[in-house]
Amino acid sequence: MSTGDRTVNSPEIGRLARVLEPGHSYASVTDKIASIVLTRPVSIGWLGGFSIAFTLMMVLLGSIAWLIVKGVGIWGINIPIGWGFAIVNFVWWIGIGHAGTLISAILFLLNQKWRTSINRFAEAMTLFAVACAGIFPLIHTGRPWMAYYMFPYPSTMSIWPQFRSPLIWDVFAVSTYGTVSALFWFVGLIPDLATLRDRATNKTAQVIYGMLAMGWRGSARHWHRYQSAYLLLAGLATPLVLSVHTVVSFDFSIAIVPGWHTTIFPPYFVAGAIYSGFAMVLTIAIPLRKAYDLEDFITMRHLENMAKVMLATGLIVAYGYFFEFFMSLYSGNKFDVFLVQQRLHGPYSGYYFALILCNILTPQLLWIQKVRTNVAVLFVMSLVINLGMWLERFVIVVISLTRDFVPSAWGRYQATFWDYSTFVGTIGLFVTLLFLFVRALPAISIAEMRELVAHEDRHK
Amino acid sequence: MKVPHANEVYGLIGEFDTPKELMAAARKVREAGYHRIDAYAPFPIEGLSQALGLGRKHDLVPLLTLIGGLGGGLTGFFFQLWVNMSAYPLNIGGRPLNSWPAFIPVTFELTVLGASTFAVFGMLALNKLPQPHHPLFNLARFKHASIDKFFLCIEAHDPKFHLEETARFLQSVNAQHVSEVRDED
Repeated sequence: MSTGDRTVNSPEIGRLARVLEPGHSYASVTDKIASIVLTRPVSIGWLGGFSIAFTLMMVLLGSIAWLIVKGVGIWGINIPIGWGFAIVNFVWWIGIGHAGTLISAILFLLNQKWRTSINRFAEAMTLFAVACAGIFPLIHTGRPWMAYYMFPYPSTMSIWPQFRSPLIWDVFAVSTYGTVSALFWFVGLIPDLATLRDRATNKTAQVIYGMLAMGWRGSARHWHRYQSAYLLLAGLATPLVLSVHTVVSFDFSIAIVPGWHTTIFPPYFVAGAIYSGFAMVLTIAIPLRKAYDLEDFITMRHLENMAKVMLATGLIVAYGYFFEFFMSLYSGNKFDVFLVQQRLHGPYSGYYFALILCNILTPQLLWIQKVRTNVAVLFVMSLVINLGMWLERFVIVVISLTRDFVPSAWGRYQATFWDYSTFVGTIGLFVTLLFLFVRALPAISIAEMRELVAHEDRHK
Repeated sequence: MKVPHANEVYGLIGEFDTPKELMAAARKVREAGYHRIDAYAPFPIEGLSQALGLGRKHDLVPLLTLIGGLGGGLTGFFFQLWVNMSAYPLNIGGRPLNSWPAFIPVTFELTVLGASTFAVFGMLALNKLPQPHHPLFNLARFKHASIDKFFLCIEAHDPKFHLEETARFLQSVNAQHVSEVRDED
């Protein structure tokens, strides 16, 4: 039975079915969302959270500076484990971004009204996650100041990138993804920037929002083209988001390394990306709605729906794990069979079992409605799934590289302090950007909330 | 289109509380024979552009998007072909230089990139944005166009425009705060 079918028997159940609490008008949704940016004083909680995040971001800058001084030798990577944390983190961050695009594009095409109040900050999350992801391959090259070699440009050496390599596909996929996500986000923001321009009382804010709004005045002609551009962008972003993690999975599956060379990788990576992304959206949404009293807009219905998406994508991921396992054994290829044994009994088996616990077993609790509607449990579960998805990438990258074809090429991987500091640092960067975002731009799309109010009015 | 000069009347504007009232008024204004009209709303209203008589023809965004997508994709594909076949041919294990299936991911990404940038910048260009100055911004109440009110404007260069008669007409279709918009500076 879908959430929409539930009849309003008890107030609690009726509450679940709503995407917007009753009694809101155009002016009240505008006030409530715009006031977070324009009139609310800076709270102690915001300052405290921002300071912690900012400190962690400084840790990132310090770690990168030290990396540039000393080289990638400060990390735990070696031969044969050349990829290590940098690639684990890259795949993890880029995957997190996927939920933002899924919410803003795919749910838009499917006409899901509940996407309205979560799409703006989910898209912001996408951009910030892509920014964090982009750092890793760049610094992993060892000479980040030469990274422009990856782009095709007419160099004096007359050399060009190797377009048959998945690593170059990745450059194009991630940079296109970043650009299109930014465009999509900005187009969505234009009407809201106009609202902020018109509501701001302070001159600086008026000028800044005024410039960003570009003179938007809500003309019917403008809205007409705006809507068609937005719909087209949603249609373009949908295959794009599916392609990005597919291309990321090609980085692995095109190689012949045992545990990587699998045809199930593209769909299983995409499902995993959406899974971790929704977990991150919940990790952000739960404190956000609490801190800024947005429970009317980000209702239990939203949280429950996101929990259901996590459950569904989690099951696809579980299916992927099962078939990875099954196909290795069924293939009869001794290297693949050996890799399965190494996952279960090798030096990194602890990571593998933790991954199963986090990604497959724990989310089964989401079958229970009481769990899906318990905010605290959902928050903890979202953190567990984020951890699980990080472990998944660790298992894929590290276990395969430590155990390939000949024992003389086997190795061990131990992350160093700098590996951890860089990773934690990107979390700092991500959270810092989120903290600045909620104070500088409307975290919920005001124009779309007004549409929702109009929609509710029509159906009274 | 005539650019309004300093201190010239841009048009007459009336205000409405709901999208429904705006739509009804827009239809009546069209029926009365006005063509140079525009409506302003804090969110897109379904059917409003039809009520104002703007057909699908007004919308060139899909065409521009198609051009951007085709341009991006074709450029991407043939560029890769050129690099691999003539500019920088590399023999890797005897594989063919024109290994076109390997060029598809980048071709796809550039198709999406071309289409998206054309969609966004095309939409802005067709809407003549950025446009920092507009006579409507002189009207204090127009701030509500981005918050909670709906506006209908009959522009002065409409052949039927007459200051008093048009103002009376706007009032007769239930517009509130009917006022003159002037381009002051």
